[in-house]
Amino acid sequence: MIPGRGIALAITMLAIAILVIVPLSAIVITMAGITPDRLLAIAFSPRALAAYRLSLGTALAASVFDVVVGVWLAAVIVGERSLAGRLLNACVDVPFAVPTAVTGITLVTLYGPHGWIGSLLARTGITVVYTPVGIALALAFVGLPFVVRTVQPIIATLPHEFGEAASSLGATRASILWRVTLPLLAPAMLTGFALAFARTLGEYGSVIFIAGNVPFKTEIVPLVIVTRLEEYDYVGAAAVATVSLVASFLLLLAINALQRRLIRVRVAE
Amino acid sequence: MRRASLIAAILVLGVLVIVPLASIVYESLRLGLGPALATFADPYARAAIVLTLLVALATITANGAFGVLAGWTLTRYRFPGKAVLLTLIDLPLTVSPVVAGLAILLCFGNRSPLGAWLEAHGIQVAFAPLGIVLATIFVTFPYVARETIALLNESGRELEEAALGLGAGVWQTFLRVTLPNARGALLNGLLLCNARALGEFGAVSVISGRVRGLTDTVPLHIEDLYNEDNLVGAFTLAALLATVAIALTLTRSALEHRERTTHSP
Repeated sequence: MIPGRGIALAITMLAIAILVIVPLSAIVITMAGITPDRLLAIAFSPRALAAYRLSLGTALAASVFDVVVGVWLAAVIVGERSLAGRLLNACVDVPFAVPTAVTGITLVTLYGPHGWIGSLLARTGITVVYTPVGIALALAFVGLPFVVRTVQPIIATLPHEFGEAASSLGATRASILWRVTLPLLAPAMLTGFALAFARTLGEYGSVIFIAGNVPFKTEIVPLVIVTRLEEYDYVGAAAVATVSLVASFLLLLAINALQRRLIRVRVAE
Repeated sequence: MRRASLIAAILVLGVLVIVPLASIVYESLRLGLGPALATFADPYARAAIVLTLLVALATITANGAFGVLAGWTLTRYRFPGKAVLLTLIDLPLTVSPVVAGLAILLCFGNRSPLGAWLEAHGIQVAFAPLGIVLATIFVTFPYVARETIALLNESGRELEEAALGLGAGVWQTFLRVTLPNARGALLNGLLLCNARALGEFGAVSVISGRVRGLTDTVPLHIEDLYNEDNLVGAFTLAALLATVAIALTLTRSALEHRERTTHSP
């Protein structure tokens, strides 16, 4: 038994309370005294609903893209021990490292009508900036490292025997991928997806520059909160923030459950 | 087949990562080195850089101290509700930065009893550097704690129990045994926390009040310059911020890699 449990626990809990719990409860307290009917009407106003739909849709599209591209990239990086492989590996950290506002102004300039990529796209008639596609693009950029870094260690420890056994029994490459490799990777893919989805759902800095921010069309949930605040509508901001907070909390619980399963799978191996 | 997929991966990451990085440098230097460097002569830009460094320093101090404490408490003692505490520490990871900023604003703004009381005692939190620090602490809260908890969990408590058995005090055991043991995880967490703190935008933009020269951090100043069509200025500060953040992150990966290769048999 190590002494000092009481005091250590007390200081830890006090720090969590002051720095995290008390501020978050201030959001809930702001809504005190407003009737539930009124609150629901504010939290799910047509404009807020449009924002929920847009944020969910773009975060979902970006995370699915990240899972597909991320699993493939992780497989290439794991199999490539050369300098090129190590450089690719370092590249994966970049979207995570770069501050969101930097990502935002860079992507809108790059994909804008005069940008390197935007001017090429314009010739084919594709517009990315100030559309939901632009939002999804920024989110896919931000979410990619979460998938690669979750899947990569699992791919590195995949047992080769299963694939070899399947192949000696006459399985084709495609059926090994679908029947053996992907089922083994599924828990990691799901965890990576959940991490990317959670991060992109509340993302702000990298999105607002490229989003266009037109209500009902290209206005994401965090921007609705900021707009309410700028109008000094604290209850409105708190109501929308509460919806966002509930979603973050549920995602966190899901991610924790998934990660516990992932550790069990690895230990079982 | 392997060669083709490697080339494809280089192309994909090239378009996704390298081209954007190159374009930051290009936009910054598009009028030459002089105008780019002139960005740093602007007193507002200088004030933003100083504020950002101070906020990051305060943040890594607070979260470093909390991270070590949380690592010790959650791995060295048994108590009910540990899973709940772990979840609460992780919570800021999935909370939107804007919601984090709003929480600090509603809690410490002058409309709240707490904020009004603090203001009556001469402490301004909302629309002031202190609020920026609190918002940044919130957003980067889990990073150090997660690293130290993971490491101390793995290393077990035998060493501490041995030290205590030999007559060392708790405080001495913590300083001489646990802290040196957790050094790698602490450094790792601090690097990550620092990289995030330097670049935090959403939470800070809600609480800052955007007073130039006083409550504008570098990411906020980048937005100002961009909105004023001063692209050279915006991208020069962006290049500075991105360089520092990427350097911190790559250092961290290198340290992690070294740790893994030296520890594994």
